[in-house]
Amino acid sequence: EKTKEGFLSKIGRAVVGKSKVDEDVLDELEEILLTSDVGVPTTLKIIQRIEERVERDKYVNTEELDQVLREEIAALLEENSSSDVEHAFAEPKQKPYVIMVVGVNGVGKTTTIGKLASQFHQNGLKVVLGAADTFRAAAVDQLKLWGERVGIPVIDHGMNTDPASVAFDAVKQAVDMNADVVIIDTAGRLHTKVNLMTELSKIKKVIQKFIPEAPHEVLLVLDGSTGQNAFIQAQEFTKATEVTALAITKLDGTAKGGVVIGISDQFKIPVKYIGVGEKVSDLQLFNKKTYVESLFKK
Amino acid sequence: MFESLSTKLTSAMRTLKGKGSITDVNVASTIKEIRRALMDADVNYKVAKEITDNIKDQALGQKILIAVEPGQLLVKIVHEELTKLMGGEKQEINLKGDPAIVLIAGLQGSGKTTFSGKLAQHIKKSGRQVLLVACDIYRPAAIDQLKVLGEQVGVEVYAEPENKNAVSIASNALEYAKKMGKKVVIVDTAGRLAVDEAMMAEIEEVKKAIRPTETLFVVDSMTGQDAVNTAKTFNDRLNFDGVVLTKLDGDSRGGAALSIRQVVEKPIKFISTGEKMEALDQFYPDRMANRILGMGDVLSLVERA
Ligand SMILES: Nc1nc2c(ncn2[C@@H]2O[C@H](COP(=O)(O)OP(=O)(O)OP(=O)(O)O)[C@@H](O)[C@H]2O)c(=O)[nH]1
Ligand SMILES: Nc1nc2c(ncn2[C@@H]2O[C@H](COP(=O)(O)OP(=O)(O)OP(=O)(O)O)[C@@H](O)[C@H]2O)c(=O)[nH]1
Ligand SMILES: [Mg+2]
Ligand SMILES: [Mg+2]
Repeated sequence: EKTKEGFLSKIGRAVVGKSKVDEDVLDELEEILLTSDVGVPTTLKIIQRIEERVERDKYVNTEELDQVLREEIAALLEENSSSDVEHAFAEPKQKPYVIMVVGVNGVGKTTTIGKLASQFHQNGLKVVLGAADTFRAAAVDQLKLWGERVGIPVIDHGMNTDPASVAFDAVKQAVDMNADVVIIDTAGRLHTKVNLMTELSKIKKVIQKFIPEAPHEVLLVLDGSTGQNAFIQAQEFTKATEVTALAITKLDGTAKGGVVIGISDQFKIPVKYIGVGEKVSDLQLFNKKTYVESLFKK
Repeated sequence: MFESLSTKLTSAMRTLKGKGSITDVNVASTIKEIRRALMDADVNYKVAKEITDNIKDQALGQKILIAVEPGQLLVKIVHEELTKLMGGEKQEINLKGDPAIVLIAGLQGSGKTTFSGKLAQHIKKSGRQVLLVACDIYRPAAIDQLKVLGEQVGVEVYAEPENKNAVSIASNALEYAKKMGKKVVIVDTAGRLAVDEAMMAEIEEVKKAIRPTETLFVVDSMTGQDAVNTAKTFNDRLNFDGVVLTKLDGDSRGGAALSIRQVVEKPIKFISTGEKMEALDQFYPDRMANRILGMGDVLSLVERA
């Protein structure tokens, strides 16, 4: 278990010597939130809520600020998205449960797939991977090594082949093998590249020829150290492929990961997983309560 | 979703319009707006604060041109400030030495391996014999990835798949390069977090062992507020010579570039603008300033006034 100081623990230090929440304290709070990549709109929203609380309760002293903040941030995370996913690793209802993993370059898609596959596998599920990143150098080899590591089959057509037909084949073979889950890796792509974004819809359509309601999950992977561009990524990928869940990676770094708060506030898509390292075990189900607690950890 | 910084500056200044000149009183909330706008472009908080303080000093008392919106005057001031901060002169990579040795370092997934391939091709074009070295012993298929890129650009790749010691691989590669008469050696390393003590010690060791002529820090242009901490730690450990800014083919504002430049005072030597081996470019400070501002033709308008 990694112990990392939560970014809001700083609020304690920032308000030392102050007895009540005033303009200066709110400015400090704004600084802390913005330097944690929460983003301007969500930061201003939080500040406004605190202001309203101060107004309503007449006098909020700085000792209470901690608690008020906890409540407001928890409320913010609650408002938009659905409740936490508690049974992601349990046996899915649909079979095979098709997960398509998307995101910009280098965020951690393939690694997240390796970790997910491992956790599913450990829970006794039969997992198949589809190597539909046929573009990036040695992408297929990378996924195959993950497959070997976990001990599960990887369906591939080699490099520079049609990603949609790899995806189709992976789903088909998963059905043939009576697999529980099939996870499709896709090449990293910037959301500004129209033809590459269209390719995602094509992959989806081809899968749907075989299983009309698939993919059951479109998992968008975001790098936790990304700044405000993460919001645009969430927006654009949602437009292109109807993202159903988010994974936020690399939260083991020094990035504060405030982007989790901003994203939860601005989008209806639930954060499902967080990545906290490069090992198979370094993937956790996201839990709002634990997350809010961690923000205040000293 | 995001208003461009220049649009924001313009609307922030609208409140000041008609007031004749910029004074301490009327500029305070505007300065706060500008700071938020800079942070929206991923400029680090401290850096944004420095900038806005400078801007305030410059803007104070300046007569607002009649032909131009006050916002536009401000945009111009901000633009000049950003360009200045980004460093004037273009700086070349140092390839002295026989062989010249380039060490590549950075966070996971920032684009080190891709850049190594690009740099190899870039140098090869100038007629020098290059050797790429695969020192990432952790990431699955990292060696294969570099080999594929090496093949694409026609540069030999040195690797020892069984060797689990990055320092000894790097040293052996250097021996090999000397023997084979290679003129430039490019060492690709594993991605690592600044807080990962063991991994930071490893790259320090690699650096000590091969004594590179040039150490480059590769950073994703989409990085947020943490860019400065990471850059600072890498710089403290490696004292790198320059920065490579990647994935600029996207729509990130790239404020991280400015922040890093400010905090470590090292030049940005290359920018990476795509996945293909050709997508490598020089860094132009004023273009980067435009990008951070997200501006269109406001500048030329001000220039004309
Ligand atoms: N520290 C840390 N590193 C991670 C995490 N997730 C992934 N990585 C690393 O990030 C780098 C990129 O991961 P990949 O899984 O290859 O990313 P990708 O999105 O598949 O990349 P492309 O397919 O090239 O777009 C690798 O070095 C991974 O080991 C994480 O949660 N923490
Ligand atoms: N669009 C775009 N993609 C890039 C650029 N540079 C690198 N990439 C992509 O980003 C992803 C990660 O690049 P790598 O070169 O593997 O990154 P790395 O730093 O070596 O990653 P690790 O070794 O895992 O730490 C790959 O999908 C690359 O193709 C760029 O300038 N633009
Ligand atoms: Mg991948
Ligand atoms: Mg690499």
